[in-house]
Amino acid sequence: MKEDRSIAPVLELKALKKSFGDNEVLRGFNLELHEGEILVVMGKSGSGKSVMIKCLVGLMQADGGVIRIKGHNITELGQTELDILRTEIGFLFQGSALYDSMTVRENLEFPLRRHKEKLNITESNEELVLEALENVGLADAIDLMPAELSGGMQRRVALARALILKPNIILYDEPTTGLDPITSKEIINLMRTIQKKYKTSALIITHDVDCARVISDRIILLVDGVNYIEGTYQELVRSEDPKVKAFFKT
Amino acid sequence: MKGPETIRSRAVSFFTEIGDITYFALRFFREAFSRPFEFRELLRQCYNIGNRSLLLVGVTGFILGLVFTLQSRPTLMEFGAESWMPSMVSISIVREIGPVMIALICAGRIGSGIGAELGSMRVTEQIDAMEVSGTNPFKYLVVTRIMATTLMLPLLIVFGDTIALFGSALVENLKGEVSLQLYFNEVFDALKYSDIVPATVKSFFFGFAIGLVGCYKGYFCKKGTVGVGEASNSAVVYTSMLLFIIDFIAVFVTDIFFEV
Repeated sequence: MKEDRSIAPVLELKALKKSFGDNEVLRGFNLELHEGEILVVMGKSGSGKSVMIKCLVGLMQADGGVIRIKGHNITELGQTELDILRTEIGFLFQGSALYDSMTVRENLEFPLRRHKEKLNITESNEELVLEALENVGLADAIDLMPAELSGGMQRRVALARALILKPNIILYDEPTTGLDPITSKEIINLMRTIQKKYKTSALIITHDVDCARVISDRIILLVDGVNYIEGTYQELVRSEDPKVKAFFKT
Repeated sequence: MKGPETIRSRAVSFFTEIGDITYFALRFFREAFSRPFEFRELLRQCYNIGNRSLLLVGVTGFILGLVFTLQSRPTLMEFGAESWMPSMVSISIVREIGPVMIALICAGRIGSGIGAELGSMRVTEQIDAMEVSGTNPFKYLVVTRIMATTLMLPLLIVFGDTIALFGSALVENLKGEVSLQLYFNEVFDALKYSDIVPATVKSFFFGFAIGLVGCYKGYFCKKGTVGVGEASNSAVVYTSMLLFIIDFIAVFVTDIFFEV
């Protein structure tokens, strides 16, 4: 997917810092996500990828730096403005995070409760839920409980929920972690299909090299809380840097 | 020097927790009276907390009334005072034993349930997912649960007390050949507003305490399944202690206003 870099990025992090006590997890991380782009941030477990993505959506308070989503500095927004801005972002959690006391239908309807009218969405809940579930091939599972679904199905339902408000940006936190190779491929293909269909921008946090190879337009390697290297998959694979080589060899 | 340091750090963490719970309670009042209101979820929680506790509260109440009467009967008979049984049992149950026992039972059933539910939602990122979807999880999960426990506990206590009195009446009927009508006439003669009103008022506080501590422990649950267990367990322990403190205060306040 070709992105237009002449216009402002839809998502921007500048010198992001976050510490937990003496442990500096992010030490000035920078990132720009452009419209229509699929950006993958890779790094070892514990390198601060998930912390970064949580700071980005306001689930964690960054210690320093700037976070801009569609031009809005989220640290300057009130709760109401932040909630409205969040409707433009879909978030796929590492463990799916489906509400286990609700059916699949109720899970998908949940984000619609507060924001459907504000976003001037005219379709009925039923239509929206069915469309989102058809996108992930799970229309038959509409009345099942999350506990009745396999791990891969849960991830697909979570993806459908992330899409329900038709966001412009989708954030994926380790989308293939804990899944078998075949289901991982299905999820990756689904992510590509959705990206093409809805022309969304995507930020993917992963340590799955296969996932990055198949889906990324650009990759940032996060090492010790800072941007270590940036480029396309092919560029990084050819790199002679020992840290990059070690990462992509595994 | 380890001893004083340990005491100091425990005291600091104790008072920090008291401060955090107080802030949590203040946030509840701020969020409870601001829009949007989550009426549907509140009704669902009232159903879960109220209706699903009926059997447990009913059985506990029945056995409480039954055992209390059976145990007290020989002593009263020794003094030839068995005719005082309905008034003694009703005042004891309505004023003190009923509310405290039922609140403790509910702390175990409801408080631990809320702690475990919210704790597992925290650990599995469901609360984060709610926040990211633009819904205020505090309002949706915490406010509704605390309101539901505050509203439902007085009803459960009234229900439990009533069943306990029926249990007591049954023993009196079988052992002392006192009719149900006579027993309840005696009960209503003995009970005054000064018995019923303070007990009802304190049961709202009991309900609030059960909801507040359960939600606090679950909402700030540490990561992992161990954290969920701890949240559930400490919700019961903290609530039980808090119930006795509330009861102690309630007795003093009642003494001032009603001159018992």
